[in-house]
Amino acid sequence: MSSTISNPLALPPRDNARPVDVVVIKPQRGMGALDPIELWRRRDLAWVLAMRDLRVRYKQTFLGIAWAVIQPLATMVVLHIFFGRVLGMADKVGGVPYPVFLYAGLLPWTLFANAVTASSNSLVGNAHIMSKVYFPRLLLPLSATLVPVIDYALAFGVLIGLMAWFGVPVTTGVVLIPLLILSTMLAVLGVGVLLASLTVCYRDFRYVVPFMLQLWFFMTPVIYDLEFVPQRYRWLMDLNPMAGTIDAFRGVILSQPINYASWAVSTTVAALTLVVGLVWFAKLERRFADVV
Amino acid sequence: MTEQPMTKPVIQVENLSKRYRLGQAATLRQRLAEIAGRMRRGGGERAENGDAFWALRDVAFDVQPGEVLGLIGRNGAGKSTLLKILSRITDPTHGQVTLCGRVGSLLEVGTGFHPELTGRENIFLNGAILGMKRAEIKRHFDEIVDFAEVGRVLDTPVERYSSGLYVRLAFAVAAHLEPEILLIDEVLAVGDAAFQRKCLGKMGDVAKQGRTVVFVSHNMAAVSTLCDRSVLLEGGRATFIGDTEQAVQRYLQRGNEQAPVALRDRQDRAGSGDVRLTGISIQNAENPENQFIQSGDPLRVTIRYESDKKLSRPRFLVGIYDPMNQPLFRLDTQVTAQLPESLPAQGEVVCETGPLLATAGVCYVNVAVQLGEEMADHVSQATSFGIEPADVYKTGRGFDRRDSLFLLPQRWRHNAA
Repeated sequence: MSSTISNPLALPPRDNARPVDVVVIKPQRGMGALDPIELWRRRDLAWVLAMRDLRVRYKQTFLGIAWAVIQPLATMVVLHIFFGRVLGMADKVGGVPYPVFLYAGLLPWTLFANAVTASSNSLVGNAHIMSKVYFPRLLLPLSATLVPVIDYALAFGVLIGLMAWFGVPVTTGVVLIPLLILSTMLAVLGVGVLLASLTVCYRDFRYVVPFMLQLWFFMTPVIYDLEFVPQRYRWLMDLNPMAGTIDAFRGVILSQPINYASWAVSTTVAALTLVVGLVWFAKLERRFADVV
Repeated sequence: MTEQPMTKPVIQVENLSKRYRLGQAATLRQRLAEIAGRMRRGGGERAENGDAFWALRDVAFDVQPGEVLGLIGRNGAGKSTLLKILSRITDPTHGQVTLCGRVGSLLEVGTGFHPELTGRENIFLNGAILGMKRAEIKRHFDEIVDFAEVGRVLDTPVERYSSGLYVRLAFAVAAHLEPEILLIDEVLAVGDAAFQRKCLGKMGDVAKQGRTVVFVSHNMAAVSTLCDRSVLLEGGRATFIGDTEQAVQRYLQRGNEQAPVALRDRQDRAGSGDVRLTGISIQNAENPENQFIQSGDPLRVTIRYESDKKLSRPRFLVGIYDPMNQPLFRLDTQVTAQLPESLPAQGEVVCETGPLLATAGVCYVNVAVQLGEEMADHVSQATSFGIEPADVYKTGRGFDRRDSLFLLPQRWRHNAA
């Protein structure tokens, strides 16, 4: 159908001839959920929602910003005592200080776990808005990742402090960090978008996600080195979109050789997950308002 | 019916239908069992969960530029579903809608307001949710603050606002949307009378600027004031499209005729669902066999409910409204403090009232139950009843609703000067 008003009796277009938007609402709009133009148009909303989460978080919690630092730091201390000291892992990681080894793995893992949790709860958590206003639903899991990203930035400061304390030198490898963050975000969005739509349709996922992340943690080389995994099972490890990325991140921090192959495989798996997640999300998007 | 101007319609609704499935959505366990079953049998149909229910059936109408269209009908007639489809919140099952212009939808005031954020933060949040750009909100910011009269408390979290102020702020943001098509649901049913008038005025202005408005309301007075044409929805079908006065007339007449859906089967309910209201009856308390309720009769209201567990701190509420949606009476177990702190998981509560001193006419009844502060179940227009005229003043004369909603016992005398 044409988008211009051709009838001479029609009202003159308002607002310095702004073109008229024509929207046709029909059953099943296919991949409309992923329309990049629509997403870009509503970028202000993504930002405002992210800022809301940020403000609310710092208003609600007594310790505010400090939480971002306490969470990975406390986890590091506990893991160091149990795995490093009691189980003697500290001596098996190639002469690097185990606390730095742990923290360098925990940092990207914490970003991944927190952002995936936030994304997967984002649709259910904003159900009241979804049932009253239309906007591209994809903005919700996207904007939910801002708070974990800010937390990550703060926790990164602690890593620099730890490196200085333990005398770990900074090498040129750090130029890879932005790329590693990109890999991590790819995995976050892939898994987060997929779980967000599943959580709406099947509420069981609210309980599945924390449990799944707990298991996932142990299947990711955070407390141990990727090298510890027997060659036979390495392919299984490579299917984990965070394994190679975390290993590479730690390699950069500790100036160890970087396993580019594992990183590339992890990133590819993350990208594929994102494609599957987006297609699944688009397929279910039109049902969200009816089921939340 | 009025002559249609020959312009291109801004909203074109064609054969619109929407089907909902009754009952619970499939759980993960059911879905997994179904997949397992399909793998064993090899193929087969997906299990249907519950019955289908048509919330809208073949609805078609056009709206011309600058027109204010009313959508009226009883609860469950499909008004909200239609508005949700027009706002793109949900998809139709069949048919299509063509909208020419930027759409703003206002299905409630203050969507997305966060209680812990300040008025200022919420203006930006709510504005963005409603589709305004940041620059647009900034441009209108002072007007919004003025319109809402929030002034001094702008930087206070809205949880500390009075409900009146909260609503004013929320409406003020919405009123400054600049869409070509504005979809409004019932939002005027809130706020004090003076503010409602201000909102109606603002909406009138919107229409005068050549914008198109679709307005859903139970408030027949507001519909009559604002809308030139109206669509009457009954059971998901558009049974009348045309002049508002005629539509309102029909609506008020039909109010009495339609067989109401049993309370137990009503789908348009709100609340957590921890308790389900399964029945309500309103009888003449003096003579329950008597079909009629007359002015001055005491009422017996019986509410049946079911739950999985004992009701702790239950509060039953009954609101009685006239067809213009003006509240007439409220029955409340908490205000009158006559129910125990806990009730068995099912049963009925009965309220006997004093004489119903209201003028003759139709009344609609909303019923709700809360557990503590939480709304457990709420059904609007759960039932209706008519009040027949009676000789309350023993003179053969009385008042009707045009004179007075209530019949006040009165004793006159004369004092010598």
